[in-house]
Amino acid sequence: MNTDMLAAPEVDYVAILPLLIVAGAAGIGVIVETCAPRGARRTIQLFLAFGALVAAFATLVSQAGLRSLEVEGAIALDGPGRVLMGLILLASLVAAMLIAERQLDPAGDSFAPRASALPGSRDERELTARGYLQTEVWPLFLFAVLGMLLFVISNNLLMMFISLEVMSLPLYLLAGMARRRRLLSQEAAMKYFILGAFSSAFFLFGTALVYGFTGSVEFAAISDALAAQPGQTYLVIGGIGLIAVGLLFKVGAVPFHQWVPDVYQGSPSAVTAFMAATVKVAAFGAILRIFYVAFGGLRWDWEALMWVIACLTMLVGSIVAVVQTDIKRMIAYSSIAQAGFILMGVASASAQGLAASIFYLTAYAFTTLGIFAVIMMVRDASGEAGRLSQWAGLGRRSPVVGAAFAIFMLSLAGIPLTSGFIAKFAVFGSALAVDQVVPVIIAVISSVIAAFFYGRVIVIMYFREPEGDGATVTVPSAFTTLALAISVAVTVLLGILPQPVLDLIDQAGIFLR
Amino acid sequence: MTTIPWLTILMVVPLVGSLLILFIPRGSARLVKQTALVFALATLVLTIAMGLQFDGQSTAAFQFTESYPWIPAFGISYSVGVDGIGLVLVALAATLVPVVILAGWRDVPDEAVKGYFALLLVLDTLMIGVFAATDVFLFYVLFEVMLIPIYFLIGRYGGANRAYAAVKFLIYSLVGGLLMLAALIGLYVVSANELGQGTFDFATLVGLDIDPNTQKVLFLGFFIAFAIKAPLWPFHTWLPDAAKESTPATAVLLIGVLDKVGTFGMIRYLLPIFPAASEFYAPLIIALAVIGILYGALVALGQTDMKRLFAYSSMSHFGFIVLGIFVFTSWGASGSTIYMLAHGLSTAAIFLAAGFLMSRSGGSSAIAAYGGVNKKAPILAGFLLFATLSSLALPGLASFVGEFLVLLGTFARYIAVGVIATIGIVLTAAYALRLYQKVATGPASPAVEGISDLKGREVTALAPVVLLTIVLGVFPAPVFNVVNPAVERTLQIVGVTDPPPVIGVQGGEQ
Repeated sequence: MNTDMLAAPEVDYVAILPLLIVAGAAGIGVIVETCAPRGARRTIQLFLAFGALVAAFATLVSQAGLRSLEVEGAIALDGPGRVLMGLILLASLVAAMLIAERQLDPAGDSFAPRASALPGSRDERELTARGYLQTEVWPLFLFAVLGMLLFVISNNLLMMFISLEVMSLPLYLLAGMARRRRLLSQEAAMKYFILGAFSSAFFLFGTALVYGFTGSVEFAAISDALAAQPGQTYLVIGGIGLIAVGLLFKVGAVPFHQWVPDVYQGSPSAVTAFMAATVKVAAFGAILRIFYVAFGGLRWDWEALMWVIACLTMLVGSIVAVVQTDIKRMIAYSSIAQAGFILMGVASASAQGLAASIFYLTAYAFTTLGIFAVIMMVRDASGEAGRLSQWAGLGRRSPVVGAAFAIFMLSLAGIPLTSGFIAKFAVFGSALAVDQVVPVIIAVISSVIAAFFYGRVIVIMYFREPEGDGATVTVPSAFTTLALAISVAVTVLLGILPQPVLDLIDQAGIFLR
Repeated sequence: MTTIPWLTILMVVPLVGSLLILFIPRGSARLVKQTALVFALATLVLTIAMGLQFDGQSTAAFQFTESYPWIPAFGISYSVGVDGIGLVLVALAATLVPVVILAGWRDVPDEAVKGYFALLLVLDTLMIGVFAATDVFLFYVLFEVMLIPIYFLIGRYGGANRAYAAVKFLIYSLVGGLLMLAALIGLYVVSANELGQGTFDFATLVGLDIDPNTQKVLFLGFFIAFAIKAPLWPFHTWLPDAAKESTPATAVLLIGVLDKVGTFGMIRYLLPIFPAASEFYAPLIIALAVIGILYGALVALGQTDMKRLFAYSSMSHFGFIVLGIFVFTSWGASGSTIYMLAHGLSTAAIFLAAGFLMSRSGGSSAIAAYGGVNKKAPILAGFLLFATLSSLALPGLASFVGEFLVLLGTFARYIAVGVIATIGIVLTAAYALRLYQKVATGPASPAVEGISDLKGREVTALAPVVLLTIVLGVFPAPVFNVVNPAVERTLQIVGVTDPPPVIGVQGGEQ
């Protein structure tokens, strides 16, 4: 109407400092790629990435007690949001250690020297021989982290869509950059990209429907509008369904899980670790927020669907994992099954369910990172030894690595004194507290099926004699060693002394509106 | 009441031993074994020292109690303590571990000793803990974690088909364990609804007034876990495989002690926490127990493999133990408890004696491979005979006391069941004596030709088992003094009293 029609939004830059640090480092990283000499790039990028993650985490901790809506309500820096951001930063830090590893592959790090060179071409061989490293992965990595951080604190649908894309686009690229088995990697990237684009479209379509009904994209306003007009919710239920499709795709819930095994298998293992651990945290964070805050009033409509999807996801993931012969594909299906367990916490639609989901994500993220650290280390002449049969006798030849992997398997199987057990305990508890007995029974059945294939890995590693073309454990640099040590420590500590973390999650309380 | 944390010490000592073993450099196999034996014996000595201070007249439900908050967010604490039943089983575990360490001195090649003996000691810790836990969550944790050392003991050090047996054991146990977890959380939710704050404390849970229908559901979750562990028919098929593929030492701990966790769980947790459901399901469980008694004995009769025969025979004996628990008489329950102890000892005797025989003659466990052992190795054959007699509950041996009391308790309530169960005794005698006859008498078979008799180490390992079996058979009073108060307290909670002795009453009327 008058001159200040487009008033600049009020932004408290201190409050969003963790985001700014990561974004700034990512931006500087791009400039480094264009300006710095090739030899110095890796060092600079490593400093930038690790420095940014640590600084962002430190800032986050220093602001831990603050709860506020920022940037005109577009982001909600509340308790669960901060806990999830912290978790994403810590998991990313460990994932960064895996990405930085370059001692395992004799040719260099996990990434193709130049993604544009044709697989198997003379170009590629020459670049490899010259020892080129692809340092663009670092800015991409930081942008993805930025997207994830924003994803869990987005407080309106548009913000959520933008952060979804900021998170996903770099991941599509990272998935296609494997140094070994490049065609598989490129196929993975393509598949991930196309299916991911579909899911984004679903999300956007859902956003439009919800906006059409409620007249707002703000979560709080949507919630109020739904409360004001009870009964006539067909349009908005369609919208919720479409948004759910978009988000459930990201966590790999059945029936939107088809991409998971191919992408997990094709991507460089360090990137898979990053994706498997942090994307799940981010996407579940977003699901929790949108369903608890915006659609909480309609919980009777979406709960049943969520329970069904949770049960399906647990069962399909566990059953299909049984017949896998490739370790990465097996872990991919196992991660689908794990997503089902987390969905039980989501579907409980209670403060207890929220806390259980966050604890499960914490346990799952670090266990997964550790698993991929080990997968990176187990190699034969052609790269990582993916076939399970090649792992025969590994536990006896490399007791420490074998024991670490066994602990991860036991944790995923939910054996007590590991983080996975407390996590399962928490989600079962949240489900039973809302009288959902059938899903818990199904979860128990899936756990047993899952125990079969987790147990089988231990059988192969410990009870079988090594084969002729067996794999060996390559000694990694300090990066992967540290990542593995952190993962084991978290998995065991959360299993034996989970109280501090439970307290932390408990104090975080519930979402701000 | 006591300032010395006995039970925690008992759990820590073997654990320290197993950690120390991990730091012993490769190549010093002898040192590993000696360390294991020393720590296992130290645990036994400490157990005896604790047992001597146990007050049989005490009115407290548990003695030597300790309690520290562990995960307050879920109402979980580290709480331990023993009643008479727990004490007896802790003592059984502490006794058998040094025995099997000594007996299993040469079970595994030198390069594998570290893992083997470290795992045996870890198992010692977990077994003591599981019988001492008074927090149901702690019990569950130890119940599940116990699977892992056994899984490795079978899977890494067992026979040809060990991987299959280990996985089968793990899956069966996990099915039960996870059902129990679901029921456990259900119990927690019930306690949270009733008290406002969920808890896993045993005494508090016993005090809850749970709706009978809820009880029936939760009972099943716990019961299936215990029935698989015990194992009760029809949950038993993992046991013969696991027993056949295990080393004798592992088999003794698995069947002699670990499986007792199932029957212990029934008497400790099912009866007091779910009294209404226990009464509701009792006929069904008694039927399963009787089927188990007869089925196990009949199948044992047809076995051609010694270890499988022992497994089925144990299954038959577990039927007796479960029967004694669910007839709700003090004779039955006391009998079951002493039978648990006696069965642990007789399992140790028979598996170890048979193990010594097998290790001397190429390792085959086929009955047909043996014959005439009493001519070539009379001491070994003597132990074998003793073990056989202990298994068929010869009067004067510990198992007789247990079996007799169980049947007495059964007859007092269900005469028909008692009659059928007694048939099991006859069958037991048949397969046990048949085994001894085939293996030890007659002409010496080629496998037995040239075997040596038992050495000092082996006799030393078996002697305490034999001695205890005889002492408890002749003079069981000390055990009863310890066990009876706990049994009476349990039955009081269930709310049943012993039926009056039929003959005595008739005599009075005349």
